[in-house]
Amino acid sequence: MANSQTLTPAMARARRANLRRNAFYLALIAVGLVAPLAIYPVFLMKVLCFALFACAFNLLLGYAGLLSFGHAAFLATGGYVTGYLLSSYPALTPEMGIITGTVAAVALGVIFGALSIRRQGIYFAMVTLALAQLMFFMYIQAPFTGGEDGLHGVPRGHLFGIISLRSNLAMYYFVFAVFLLGFALIQRTIHSPFGQVLKAIRENEPRAVSLGYNVDAYKLVAFVISAGLAGLAGSTKTVVFQLASLTDAHWHMSGEVILMTLLGGVGTLFGPVAGAGLVVSLQHLLAQSPLGNWVSPILGLIFVVCVLSFRSGIVGEIQKMYRKNFK
Amino acid sequence: MTMIFGVPVAVFMGQLLLGLINGAFYALLSLGLAVIFGLLKIVNFAHGAMYMLGAFTTLLGMQYLGVNYWAALLLTPLVVGLGGMLVERVLLRRIAHLDHLYGLLLTFGLALIFEGSLINFFGVSGARYPTPDALQGGYQLGFMFLPKYRAWVLLAAIIVCVFTWYMIERTRLGAYLRAGTENPALMQAFGVNVPLLVTLTYGFGVALAAFAGVLAAPLYPVSPTMGSNLLIVVFAVVVIGGMGSILGAILTGLGMGLIEGLTKVYYPEAANTVIFLVMILVLLLRPAGLFGKEA
Repeated sequence: MANSQTLTPAMARARRANLRRNAFYLALIAVGLVAPLAIYPVFLMKVLCFALFACAFNLLLGYAGLLSFGHAAFLATGGYVTGYLLSSYPALTPEMGIITGTVAAVALGVIFGALSIRRQGIYFAMVTLALAQLMFFMYIQAPFTGGEDGLHGVPRGHLFGIISLRSNLAMYYFVFAVFLLGFALIQRTIHSPFGQVLKAIRENEPRAVSLGYNVDAYKLVAFVISAGLAGLAGSTKTVVFQLASLTDAHWHMSGEVILMTLLGGVGTLFGPVAGAGLVVSLQHLLAQSPLGNWVSPILGLIFVVCVLSFRSGIVGEIQKMYRKNFK
Repeated sequence: MTMIFGVPVAVFMGQLLLGLINGAFYALLSLGLAVIFGLLKIVNFAHGAMYMLGAFTTLLGMQYLGVNYWAALLLTPLVVGLGGMLVERVLLRRIAHLDHLYGLLLTFGLALIFEGSLINFFGVSGARYPTPDALQGGYQLGFMFLPKYRAWVLLAAIIVCVFTWYMIERTRLGAYLRAGTENPALMQAFGVNVPLLVTLTYGFGVALAAFAGVLAAPLYPVSPTMGSNLLIVVFAVVVIGGMGSILGAILTGLGMGLIEGLTKVYYPEAANTVIFLVMILVLLLRPAGLFGKEA
């Protein structure tokens, strides 16, 4: 056949790898579809929301090399805007609320991004942290956030005005769809020419500049995508748990998302998902155990251990092992 | 009563003094951050925790060992500084060859550990530390009342800042430090014990934070969270001033305290946020910071 003649060994290998990857994705989606039958859906939804949040953060740290210490601001902005709109305008459908929340996070991302990419490295981290703290103080004082109490009883409503999201199972499949959408966007971004340029900037910024790339524009776009997806995660989380609170805006949250990404594997596609699952499970388990008050020091300890001796994270280590043994 | 832009002079000066004292703390902390950053190239996220540990060491030292304020002023920075050296030796040294962001993450983890553990033992409400007897009361200056302790804090902070500046800019040890900031490998080749210098520098920076903690103990409630909130503001101060210059760190710290104090007088709603807004302004107009060099 003509087809088999033009198929070089390299092409055949690539095709097999592609097939394997697609099969892997399909298997994961299948797991996601049946998971709520075995595990409490509300817990799964929490994991998915944080996984999306961590994936968004990872796009910035893992692929553009930018450590944002202020991603809580986007999570909270998405959450507050969605929560406020859905509570005040009962006619609004949840997907409209979520879209608006995401747009708000994107807008904030444009402002924060434009400001913080004016500084590099360690200063970038400090600027994002300070900007997020500014938002924290604003949300304490702003009239629409409910201050220290937060927003409670945000209605879940009817998706597209038709499908009731009151049952946790329906809600789960919606959250799963949102997660897949966000994840696919990140996957496409990373594997696009745009993503390749981001990696080039991460590896050697002056070189990318000298090759003629408008580095600041690339960084800004990456920042805005990341902020928007973090906002999407926050908006979705608000609809799921029907509340938006200052916890999401606090710098602890910015730290937690870093930990999730670090633990799972910075710069790997699935690392943040694994990390988010692990951290959320850990918090869940600790909350019920006698160690309930020790969550924050334990997270700190994991941080230290990760930085000292587990920098590739879980998925990173697995990839290393896979490469060593199967290639 | 005399008024300044519609505000009584006594209130105006009182807030200005409070602002100046806050500024003194910003200056002490950003100075320590700058010293550490210069040689180690890491941003010490545990700096707020070290400040908090300074205040707690002072409080607990008095409660359990009967160490008075004046002894604490000397002993606390020593104890916490030694602890800092241990942290540098055992933890930070292992990641010194990596991207400096890891240093930030490691010290962030340390901050979580210190803060979270102390919350479990002491809660978040905070304890009071008595003002030392010699500094009770105050002076009536006519236009305002100046509490003795606040005057002392300002004086002590300025003395320590000037002392640090002198140490770094005018002594041999400081010359080593500055040279190490420029090129540690070359320093090592000349026979200077750079690893020791790094340990001492980290210890010194941390001791500055602990000293600020002792000064703060009688002034603010001593609570496990007192450091982290302050530290984020100090980060903004550092972004405004840039970490390149010692004098710049001191001046920016004091200046930002004053601006905060003024905001409390005229627009209290923005008092928490004004420093962040100044930071945004500086980023727009002078991205490298007021005293910073373009990196």
